[in-house]
Amino acid sequence: MKKILVIGGGTGGSIVANNLSRQLSAKIRDGEVDITMLSASDKHMYQPGLLYVAFGEMMPDELYRDQASLLESSINFHVDPVEQFKLDENWVKTKSGKTYDYDILVIATGSRVMPNKTPGLSEGAHSFYTEKGAVELFKGLRDFEGGKLAIVVGVPHKCPIAPVEFTFALDQYFKDRGIRDKVEIKYHYPINRIHSIENVAKWAKPEFDKMGIEYETLFNVEEVDVENKIVKSMEGSEYKYDMLVSIPEHHGMPVIEDNDLGQNGWIPTDRHKLTMNGHDNVYVIGDTTNLPVSKTGSAAHFEAESVATNIASIIKIGTPVTEYDGKVMCFIEAGHEATYAKFDYLNPPDLKTPNKAMHWLKMSYNKMYWTSVRGLL
Amino acid sequence: MSKNILVDARNTYCPGPLMELITYMRQADVGDTLELLSTDEGTVDDVPEWVNKIGHKIVSSEQIDEAWHIKICKLK
Repeated sequence: MKKILVIGGGTGGSIVANNLSRQLSAKIRDGEVDITMLSASDKHMYQPGLLYVAFGEMMPDELYRDQASLLESSINFHVDPVEQFKLDENWVKTKSGKTYDYDILVIATGSRVMPNKTPGLSEGAHSFYTEKGAVELFKGLRDFEGGKLAIVVGVPHKCPIAPVEFTFALDQYFKDRGIRDKVEIKYHYPINRIHSIENVAKWAKPEFDKMGIEYETLFNVEEVDVENKIVKSMEGSEYKYDMLVSIPEHHGMPVIEDNDLGQNGWIPTDRHKLTMNGHDNVYVIGDTTNLPVSKTGSAAHFEAESVATNIASIIKIGTPVTEYDGKVMCFIEAGHEATYAKFDYLNPPDLKTPNKAMHWLKMSYNKMYWTSVRGLL
Repeated sequence: MSKNILVDARNTYCPGPLMELITYMRQADVGDTLELLSTDEGTVDDVPEWVNKIGHKIVSSEQIDEAWHIKICKLK
């Protein structure tokens, strides 16, 4: 029997497991293949929804489903996080003390925010990257009656489009409340344009100008002086704020670093095969890779499809049949309109003009995600 | 002991070469040399602007085939 072990029940892990379950259904039925998933949680969160929670447009409970309900019935699912990887011996050990051996391993453990890496950021800044943070940010915005609101961005961070989306949403939120003229929005970004994707930067800059949003580039947060409400950059500038919102620096999960699988929790990964460097039977997908690809559910989705196809073909005909081409497709919310960016390793994003239809498609996708993560969309 | 760190950001659009370099620079130790590989034309201007502003040192910059190879020493 071939044993496939999937570590992590987020977007990437769920799609890879569900796709494999369907592609290998006959072999699972005949006892030739076993798929097991180990996760740290019995719940699955739709993380992009946190942006809407931050503006009171979604409630936190709308973001969750029971993980088991999202998986094909042939997948053995256990809430028992892995603590030890023995890649040379093809087994892992979990928190409960059980060991699981495998023929093929998929690591999809995701990432986490690390505001504590920047002095003062945890205490001085809001963030919408956790449920608690998004709810507190909404309460902070609701109580904000005017003044200087600063946005700062750590490196690396999940969902690179989020800083721009959040800033557009802020403008709309204060307009809707009728106090936009009392709020000074200042956007700070680590590199020398206002978004990493050149086309997004070219489009967003005049939009920011129209909205009266100030921006400063080459601003990498060094520390926050919480008492005096001043945020300082490594490049030597500083800004005095009344309210600070951060997209914090991200790291991979501690179990990856604890097992020396990759610095800061990012596993060195082949950009086309998605195998861990030096381990041909270990695949890495989603945020967990060290690839120069956006850390987004979209990247995890396309990576998972590629990995599932290859694992299934290896089991059926002894060889992989496809390669990951770097594909990512991200919606970009811009107030009550939206657009999208789609790109891969060879083709840059070709940005379309934002429109209301794309916004409603994104709102629909917020519901359709649950079909997507089952591997059906 | 200082290390040489390869940052392969060829054929990537998001987060892009400079953001990749910043990520690895934050992980590196003072004295380490990072070699950034990029196929983005803008990199030859973008990277020195940031490196000089923050106070690191450009060691070398050359185009080999289709990729720019820029070596940077972390000074602080």
